[in-house]
Amino acid sequence: MAGVDIRNLRKQFGDLCAVDGVNLSIREGEFLVLLGPSGCGKTTLLRMIAGLERPTGGEIHIAGERVDGDVPPRARGIAMVFQSYALYPHRTVFQNIAFPLEASRLPRTQIAEKVQRAADMFGISRYLDRYPRQLSGGERQRVALCRALVRDPKVFLLDEPLANLDAKLRNTARDELKRFQRQIRTTTVLVTHDQVEAMGLGDRIAIMDRGKVRQVGTPEEVYEDPVDTFVATFVGQPPMNLLDLGDPALPPRTLLGFRPEHFLPRSVFQPDEDVRAFRFSVRRVEYLGSDRYVYGSISDGAATDTTVIAKLPATIALAIPEGEQQEFAVPRRALRYFDAATGSSRKI
Amino acid sequence: MMERRTFADREDVLGAVMLAPALAYVIVLVGVPFVLAIVLSFSNATAGSLSFGWAGLGNYAAILGDPIFLRALRNSAVVTVGTQLLVVILATAAAQVFRATFRGKRFARFVLLLPWAVPVSLAAIAWTWIFDSTFSVINWTLKASGLLHGWLYWLGDPGLALTAIIIVQAWRIFPFATVIVLAGLASIPQEIVEAAVVDGAGFWRRLFQVELPLLLPVVAVAVLFGVVYTATDLGVVYILTGGGPANTTHVLPTLAFQRGILGADLGQGAAIAVFLLPFLIVVAVAMLRLARRAEVGGAAR
Repeated sequence: MAGVDIRNLRKQFGDLCAVDGVNLSIREGEFLVLLGPSGCGKTTLLRMIAGLERPTGGEIHIAGERVDGDVPPRARGIAMVFQSYALYPHRTVFQNIAFPLEASRLPRTQIAEKVQRAADMFGISRYLDRYPRQLSGGERQRVALCRALVRDPKVFLLDEPLANLDAKLRNTARDELKRFQRQIRTTTVLVTHDQVEAMGLGDRIAIMDRGKVRQVGTPEEVYEDPVDTFVATFVGQPPMNLLDLGDPALPPRTLLGFRPEHFLPRSVFQPDEDVRAFRFSVRRVEYLGSDRYVYGSISDGAATDTTVIAKLPATIALAIPEGEQQEFAVPRRALRYFDAATGSSRKI
Repeated sequence: MMERRTFADREDVLGAVMLAPALAYVIVLVGVPFVLAIVLSFSNATAGSLSFGWAGLGNYAAILGDPIFLRALRNSAVVTVGTQLLVVILATAAAQVFRATFRGKRFARFVLLLPWAVPVSLAAIAWTWIFDSTFSVINWTLKASGLLHGWLYWLGDPGLALTAIIIVQAWRIFPFATVIVLAGLASIPQEIVEAAVVDGAGFWRRLFQVELPLLLPVVAVAVLFGVVYTATDLGVVYILTGGGPANTTHVLPTLAFQRGILGADLGQGAAIAVFLLPFLIVVAVAMLRLARRAEVGGAAR
């Protein structure tokens, strides 16, 4: 069993608690994404799994073996890809990929063979004699992945591996990464602050905020059923609308939440569909090609100063004049409720 | 009303004026003596006489046939290379120590830099006592710890005297080299070192296969400085051995001084001194090429 078990893990930097009692179970062969804003402790958590950072408290088990404490990185059976790729600039691609194998004192002939096989898999055999500076960003990333995978790690750790690629390349790189992971089936932990990346790559996503894991679940789960207002607004672009309408039908101090793409003109829905209707005063319409974002506020109820965003797909061709009131609606199945005081979700 | 253009606004003039002192210094105190030395090396000029006659390549022919000169040339090479080897090892080790955080680090760093700040003559006089034929503390320590049975005449034996010179030269230069190597270590991206840790490299593999290759350009600079510093130094050898015993430990600067100033044969002294020039040029070019190649092989990420 090559999963990772994290129990009540803590890391203190002086007064700052970077990781604050994290419990997380990463299954064998799973692709888990640690998602959160900068400074939420996700990278520190990854570095503790790698053994680059020593936990203040708690336990880490890799493949059933306890590794926190004195087990050095090389004995943990992990491999890591850094944000900058950290290729050795004075070594050729071949020498870079061979480095971990040399460090484990493999015979020279086996090293050459393994490097060749790994390079073929990543399509970088042509570059084996080049130096890292002679490669493009995407090629460097593949070399870094190749170097990490060449000695068959039990767990594969990735720290924002796509952050340094330009936007065009990022989609292809993401697709490749996912395909490689499916192919090799190695337990993988990836850190990112990009929710699109997280949704696209992760079998499951762990969302972190201020040193704590807020929610762990499949992309659908965290998107459809966020456990609190932090997850609700962090995942999804634009974020979920949250309103305190003072609705007498709801328990007091309840926030109503709905995704912008569910908030559409009433006429789009069937007349008999179970929807919640709102009077929406439209302030501004943003045309983005595939979508239109409509900014405004709800004019019935108590939340008239809260900005509400509607995301209309291009397939809805309806004219939305700015500065006018419109009849909008949300399907009831898409409504979510949160406690206004604690932020946690509420089933109603 | 418009303000008048002041002197400080006239960048063309200001630049020239501010450069002038440095330029004057180089011309008067470096350029002129340099040209003079080359001219003198082709002459039969002597100290204490104003006569000046051309000797052509006579001085060079004379010194090339002189075993003391050839010995001095060899000594210069041995001392320079030996010192740099010792310095690179000491500086790399010291830089590793000073990279760690420990109590009293600031004090230790202060002590480290002392040899560099002490005047050459003072330091060399202290070392003559350390190597003294009767009172040598090195011998005493070795004897007290049972490692030495005879007695070492440090400055009385040609081989030992050269070793002593190398030790003192290395002691003088290595603090400076350590500072340079420390700066080089700080410029290695942390992620590359961590990648090596994760890839399973232990301390030595990390040092020899990752850190030192990346440090190469910086170390080359330190060595280049060291070579020039050691090869042109007069004070240490002059005070420590005076070229003795029996002219066996002369280096080019001390021999040039002895022949040219003390022996009053300006022409021959100049010829010996000028002999250093091609030697240093070759070293400088080689070092710069090495630094460049290391940079090309491993520039930027």
